[in-house]
Amino acid sequence: MSDAKRIIDVAPTAESSTAIRQLEPNLASKQPRTLWGDAWRRFLRHRLALIGSAMLIFFFAAVLIGPITYRVNPETLDFNALSSGPSLKHLFGTDDLGRDMLARSLYGGRISLAVGVVAMLIAISLGTVIGAVAGFFGGKIDQALMRVVDLFLALPVLPLLLLTVYLFRVPVVKAFGPIFGIFLIVVTMIGALAWMTTARIVRATFLSLKQKEFVEAATCLGINRSAIMFRHILPNALSPIIVAATLEVGNAIITESTLSFLGVGFAPDTPTWGRLVTDGINYLQTAPWLALIPGALIFLTVLSINFMGDGLRDALDPRSRL
Amino acid sequence: MSQYMLRRILIAIPTLLAISFVIFAILALAPGDPMSQFATNPAVTPEVRENMKRALGLDQPWPVRYVKWLTAAGQGNLGFSFGAKIPVLTLIQQRLPQTLWVVGSAFLLAILFAIPIGVISAVKQYSIFDQVGTFFSFIGFSVPSFFTGLLLMLIFAVKLGWFPIVYSSTLKVTDFGTFGQQVRQMALPVTVLLIQQTAALTRFTRSAMLDNLPLDYVRTARSKGLADRIVIIRHILSNSLIPVVTLIALGIPGIFGGAIVTENLFRVNGVGALLITSINNSDTPVVMAITFIFAILTVLFNLIADIVYGVLDPRVRYS
Repeated sequence: MSDAKRIIDVAPTAESSTAIRQLEPNLASKQPRTLWGDAWRRFLRHRLALIGSAMLIFFFAAVLIGPITYRVNPETLDFNALSSGPSLKHLFGTDDLGRDMLARSLYGGRISLAVGVVAMLIAISLGTVIGAVAGFFGGKIDQALMRVVDLFLALPVLPLLLLTVYLFRVPVVKAFGPIFGIFLIVVTMIGALAWMTTARIVRATFLSLKQKEFVEAATCLGINRSAIMFRHILPNALSPIIVAATLEVGNAIITESTLSFLGVGFAPDTPTWGRLVTDGINYLQTAPWLALIPGALIFLTVLSINFMGDGLRDALDPRSRL
Repeated sequence: MSQYMLRRILIAIPTLLAISFVIFAILALAPGDPMSQFATNPAVTPEVRENMKRALGLDQPWPVRYVKWLTAAGQGNLGFSFGAKIPVLTLIQQRLPQTLWVVGSAFLLAILFAIPIGVISAVKQYSIFDQVGTFFSFIGFSVPSFFTGLLLMLIFAVKLGWFPIVYSSTLKVTDFGTFGQQVRQMALPVTVLLIQQTAALTRFTRSAMLDNLPLDYVRTARSKGLADRIVIIRHILSNSLIPVVTLIALGIPGIFGGAIVTENLFRVNGVGALLITSINNSDTPVVMAITFIFAILTVLFNLIADIVYGVLDPRVRYS
């Protein structure tokens, strides 16, 4: 029997591990490198992604903490400063009624970012469940679900969003209030029309992994199906899901602001970023900052999300290069 | 090959049927009365409204109405606009050319810009050109189209006055002068869509090129002494374009979505602008027809992409 074989046979005793430590002194003292640790190091090398993440953290912190520390009511009218440009007193200027734009932007940012995050969560959970079921069970179920995916990919997203939000606005607003009601329809519809990419990614992972030995082993141990699906196979698809999720937040923010711009999103005077841009368009010639500042906020947020998503893709999925 | 095409077309038909069903169901199940615009009109009594409903067939259950709509649509009858009081088809025929002009020219220009930029970025990866290109393409697909539109409008129409702010729908191209005017008023709406499309297409082309660059056939082509240009254009580019075609097709609904935004911003009297006015006026037949036309266009371009893919890539199995 060769030595190598004997090492495998013998359970690691205190003696043998000391022997290994003597052979490789650096190996034992160093922290073991982990998968996520490697990804983290790759992410830190991506300069634009770091800038993007920093900006994004700043924006999230600003809208979360901002309204608490910057104590100007977004609804207070200041008749001494109607449509005044950015100044020390009003950093982002004021609108036609003298309301402080910084306060409105901070408050509106909460809604816009919340729309992005919640719509992403809906899309990712739908996509994950559908993709997992399709990939795991295969056969007829898979075929049927993939036809549904194709169907959703062919749906005209923006017209359909406009239509549903417009049609269901009145009763939902009646039931849940003007802001939360619109929020609910917008995130549900954006999420319901954006899950397909995730479903495809998850399905592909499930198809390629469901016959691997570790799944067989789990089955032999009597672990139930849903645990195999979500605790054993799903983590392998986590990297592309995280990337898709990041990018989806940006898409959802753009979609929401587009709906508001077309007059079908949040009600006038609800200060979401998209709505602020729309309300500012009428003053484009006299007070251009009213539309440009919230527009720039949307743009910068989505830009930093996309940079971060790109960095995450490089870090988590080094083989893909899009 | 022809069998493959036939199969693709046969798949497209049920897809369209399903989409039309979904749209119809949403419209039919939505709360709210399509006759509500008459509710405030004192000249229309409740009995008259009931009669109108019956005359329009709105008292029947919606699956029946769907079948009726579908049979009529199959014969080219998309119904009658509540607002404009003319057949929906006529209305759309008036509006569709403008949309197709704007979308089409933006799309062609985007391909013309994006492919060379993508190729150079990939061949000279990490060069200044590549980094600047990457940066700008990120900006391009992060900026909402209404914001690009607003900026362009503010700078080039309001401040500089190079282009008209509002698209004139009455302009008829008869001679060189009016053609110039038409080009000038199309410039801004087209540019908005162009920026968005070029950004995405450049990224696709670049990454597809990068996938092909290290492959063996490229080394073979180089080692038999072919010029760099020929290797890049004839060998790598033609292989890289295969996946790009699919991605272009998947982006088509996005362009039409973008067209809705630009048309509303620049007052282009296209289908997108019509959709928004019809939604606001509860003009259900028009809304249904336009949404369905967007779906047809999407499915059609996907079909074309599938077929082109089959032509370009002999590895696609037709069975």
